[in-house]
Amino acid sequence: MIRVPHAAGVALLGILAWQAIVTLAGLPRFILPGPLAVFSTLWTSRNLIAEHALITAIEVLVGLGLGAALGFATAILLAASPLARSLLRPMLVFSQAVPVFALAPILTLWLGYGLWSKVAMALLIIYFPVTSAFFDALMRTPPGWLELARIMNATPARILMRIRVPAAMPGFASGLRLAAVYAPIGAIIGEWVGASQGLGYLMLLANGRAKIDLMFAALIVLAVLTLLLHAAVDAICRRLWEG
Amino acid sequence: MTAPSLRLSGTARIDGAPIFGPVDLEAPAGRWTCLLGPSGVGKSTILRLLAGLGEEVTFEGEMTAASGAPGENLVALMAQSDLLMPWLDVTANTMLGARLRGEAQPRDRAREVLERVGLAAHAAKRPHALSGGQRQRVALARTLLEDRRVVLLDEPFSALDARSRALMQDLAAELLAGRTVLHVTHDTAEAARLGERVLLMTRDGIALVTPPEAPPPRRYDAPETLAFQGRLLRQLMEAR
Repeated sequence: MIRVPHAAGVALLGILAWQAIVTLAGLPRFILPGPLAVFSTLWTSRNLIAEHALITAIEVLVGLGLGAALGFATAILLAASPLARSLLRPMLVFSQAVPVFALAPILTLWLGYGLWSKVAMALLIIYFPVTSAFFDALMRTPPGWLELARIMNATPARILMRIRVPAAMPGFASGLRLAAVYAPIGAIIGEWVGASQGLGYLMLLANGRAKIDLMFAALIVLAVLTLLLHAAVDAICRRLWEG
Repeated sequence: MTAPSLRLSGTARIDGAPIFGPVDLEAPAGRWTCLLGPSGVGKSTILRLLAGLGEEVTFEGEMTAASGAPGENLVALMAQSDLLMPWLDVTANTMLGARLRGEAQPRDRAREVLERVGLAAHAAKRPHALSGGQRQRVALARTLLEDRRVVLLDEPFSALDARSRALMQDLAAELLAGRTVLHVTHDTAEAARLGERVLLMTRDGIALVTPPEAPPPRRYDAPETLAFQGRLLRQLMEAR
């Protein structure tokens, strides 16, 4: 976890450097606006940005929830069944060879301009990291526990649910932490390809109208939302599985 | 409760490399047998075979395995590592067997057993809040709750400090009395305190060494315990 005073210090330094570059190089507003201009736009356009941020947040949260659930289920299926492993695993790896970015136009075509094409993008982008992290952890149960369970006459199903799954939850948690950072990327790509709402849409729109300060304001909000999501997921994971 | 005896005679290999043998081992019914020997001589492999584990081992010979009907297991195992589940509290760890078999949770018996190992006050704690000695006592409670007629011990006290180890030895000797115990150890002092029957395993095979008359757990500082411990060590040193 990033320590707050340090993070704040680094952010302040970054902002100062930003202002220095803009002032010293004399950059025009439509190339790189200074932090003051961006923060004042952030304030004056707060309602507009909040409206779009809410849409993006919903897309990210729904995508994260669905992707995590699907990844959880897939990893358990893979761990439980050697047949599923031999059939599904090559497909999973192959699916990673296809850039998710390239799928965005197709998803927009199939699912439309609304919420679901962005949810699908977020879901696709986090599905593999979650599945992979959880599956690896499921296959790495300490052998001593498994032998103890066998001596106790446990069935494979109970060994899976009562030992392998709980023992692998820290692995699932590290998958979720990655997912919290990746899911917003998926949603934004989805919005760039085709949307009428959301921070990604707002950024494109602002860019097209040379309102670079608004674009930066939206970018900052997106970054802050991602950090908050990561911190929230991290806190939940710690509380549930690493306390 | 009539406890069965354990017998194993033969040789074992893993991937063609000899692990032990030929050896001949007998652990009589209802008695505490210590199997003492240096590391790498194959003691733990014998224990794994008797526990019905050890698929990696090619065993040639005869074994009256401790398992009864298929799927029924008569043994409980206590290993060097306590194997507690960090996400379960002490009580739930003690009842692990019932949880894993989908049986009703024997809460009353768990409380009773935890009382006997002196952990009643810690019943709701997680393993990470316990000391090494306490964790090993939870493992003993879990072993007792399984209530198997044969108990296999694989150096269960070797990671403990001297005082905790001596206390655990007393406790285990008291609580496991009457069961067939096969206790693998590399500690001569432990074998001298606990073995009703002491088997010395070296590369040449297994030899029986007669322990003192006194019933276990023998006093750690009694002259005959110390003399026997010295004898065991001398035999270990003289072996190949």
